[in-house]
Amino acid sequence: MSVQRDTGDIVIDVRGLTKKFDGRAVVRDLSMQVKRGSIYGFLGPNGSGKTTTIRMLCGLLTPDGGTGTCLGYDIRADADRIKRHVGYMTQRFSLYEDLSVRENLEFVARVYGLDNPALAAEAAIGRLGFRDREDQIAGELSGGWKQRLALAACTLPNPRLLLLDEPTAGVDPKARREFWNDIHALAAEGLTVLVSTHYMDEAERCHEIAYIAFGELLAHGTVAELIAGSRLTTYVVSAPSSRELNRLLEELAGKPGIAMVAPFGASVHVCGREADALEAAIAPYRQRRGLDWRRTAPSLEDVFIELMSRAQGDSR
Amino acid sequence: MRSLPATRASRLAPGFAFWRKTFAMLMKEFIQLRRDRISFAMIVMIPLVQLLLFGYAINTTPRDLPTAVLLQEHSDVGRSILAALKNTRYFKITQLPRTEAELDRLLAAGTVLFGVEIPANFERALRRGDKPAVLMVADATDPVASGSALAALSELLQSALVHDRAIPAGDPAPFQIVTHARYNPAGETQLNIVPGLVGTILTMTMLIFTALSVTREIERGTMEHLLAMPITPVEIMLGKIIPYVIVGFVQATIIIAIGILLFGVPLLGNLGVLAGLSTLFIAANLSIGYTFSTIAQNQLQAMQMSIMFFLPNILLSGFIFPFAGMPVWAQWIGEALPLTHYLRIVRSIMLKGSAFSDLHYDAAALFVLMLVAMIVAVARFRRTLD
Repeated sequence: MSVQRDTGDIVIDVRGLTKKFDGRAVVRDLSMQVKRGSIYGFLGPNGSGKTTTIRMLCGLLTPDGGTGTCLGYDIRADADRIKRHVGYMTQRFSLYEDLSVRENLEFVARVYGLDNPALAAEAAIGRLGFRDREDQIAGELSGGWKQRLALAACTLPNPRLLLLDEPTAGVDPKARREFWNDIHALAAEGLTVLVSTHYMDEAERCHEIAYIAFGELLAHGTVAELIAGSRLTTYVVSAPSSRELNRLLEELAGKPGIAMVAPFGASVHVCGREADALEAAIAPYRQRRGLDWRRTAPSLEDVFIELMSRAQGDSR
Repeated sequence: MRSLPATRASRLAPGFAFWRKTFAMLMKEFIQLRRDRISFAMIVMIPLVQLLLFGYAINTTPRDLPTAVLLQEHSDVGRSILAALKNTRYFKITQLPRTEAELDRLLAAGTVLFGVEIPANFERALRRGDKPAVLMVADATDPVASGSALAALSELLQSALVHDRAIPAGDPAPFQIVTHARYNPAGETQLNIVPGLVGTILTMTMLIFTALSVTREIERGTMEHLLAMPITPVEIMLGKIIPYVIVGFVQATIIIAIGILLFGVPLLGNLGVLAGLSTLFIAANLSIGYTFSTIAQNQLQAMQMSIMFFLPNILLSGFIFPFAGMPVWAQWIGEALPLTHYLRIVRSIMLKGSAFSDLHYDAAALFVLMLVAMIVAVARFRRTLD
């Protein structure tokens, strides 16, 4: 019964995934499940193993340990069949810069063995708004259009799963928003999307997120679940002058009971793992003149940075 | 005019700043050179290997040229000529044909480069003082190889006969040598060089076309996307080789047409056979270039490998120096190079009019070289980014 369900509702199901480069574990004992039709956000600092995990899922890297299925196919044995049904968008633009938009799309359509490559390319050009640029050389496109072309190429062969590795890095906010609208439209049609990102606003647009640091999956769930699960107590402190804020920042940093202090424009976020300890630590400063203390829910970024520093502490 | 000490220093000594910046650049280049292991190895390997290899292998006065002797009579004189030929280092008697037709076939197939024919009644005619003729047939498609050997022959025969007391010493030779420079009677080097250039030019261009193909995909980052798509290494390889087969074919056509029209090189053999075997040669070189591409880590390394491969092709294939004159070990290296086989094919077809049946060994060798290169390339091709 469980096998049936795996191919039905669960698109990615991996357990204990491990990958080592030169003896150093880049991904450690990673397990995750991604439901069909969901947008699964993959977050974590640089070098945390996001790209390595994505590459293992689509057969570009062979795991050193662990098992799992992707679209019901074994990620070790059936890499060829996975490739047919997965659209993978690389972090770096990896289409041919010396081919035109249309030529690139037709090439992809032919490699996937589509019946009518010209027609498939034509449809993608219309769908993603490349009508005015179809004969432009891909290398001359702006960053935003390059990402769009890469998305067009990886959705062209009607994949069942999209793996997007930091698709919006270096793209302007408007193009990013359009990109996300496209992804939501694709997910609404039943496509499953696994997307890695550094942007918190993008994380909040995902149905579910996973946080990975130092090769380990530290937490996963919806945004609300993660914030609630963090059990962080957070205060936002605002001050009339930045000098005042900097002074507070320096004084609070490293105090027992305070997990982290971070400036956010004209205010400072002060977080603690235990409410009592935090209250005790900040008590001397609450009466300082000009400071305005407000208790709020932690932001997603607070949660992630806290997760990361805790993992860092553990691994030391 | 007072300025800060730092700016004054650079203003007072513009030469110093110049050298300091040059030094910065120089240090950076050295660090990069040290990191690039292959380049570093090439600095030592190229002069060392090439010098040893070619220094020992190349010999412009070739020795041990394969020779067939056709003895039409069995006499003491005939035997002493045979013994003299065996003792010299110019010739190596490899065949003893029975008929002239057999001798012709050996020459056409390139099994021997020389044929010496002692006619019937030679000894009797010699003793009678009739100045009989020794017939010397040379494959003159390579004038360098045949020239010095032909020059040596007359003196060799005379001293052999004097030694065996068949003729008195000191007199003018009581026999004549009729030489027949087969296939290139005028001994024109162009006839030899131009067909050779077909092979050399094709080797160079074909190697470079494919040597860069895989490394370029890796350097530009397109390989990652390519590997994520459902395409197999064999499909990638054939897709990258076949377009250049057509390119190479066009190149070969141009060179051969110019050879015939401007340099007056004959085309005695079958054009279809030449076209077919040229295509095989082109594919073999493309496969080798592609193999380099799967081994090299970047385009520079691929280029370096191509050059390392290209030099022995030029020097050990028989293009410039006679193949038969090289030591045996160098001939074995030569046998592993596609150009060696193609030179035999293209010279034989154009200058000798050889048929496919004369060339099946070289054709098979080209096919095997191509197949080996392709197998290595597919085995070496990394399907993952591990």
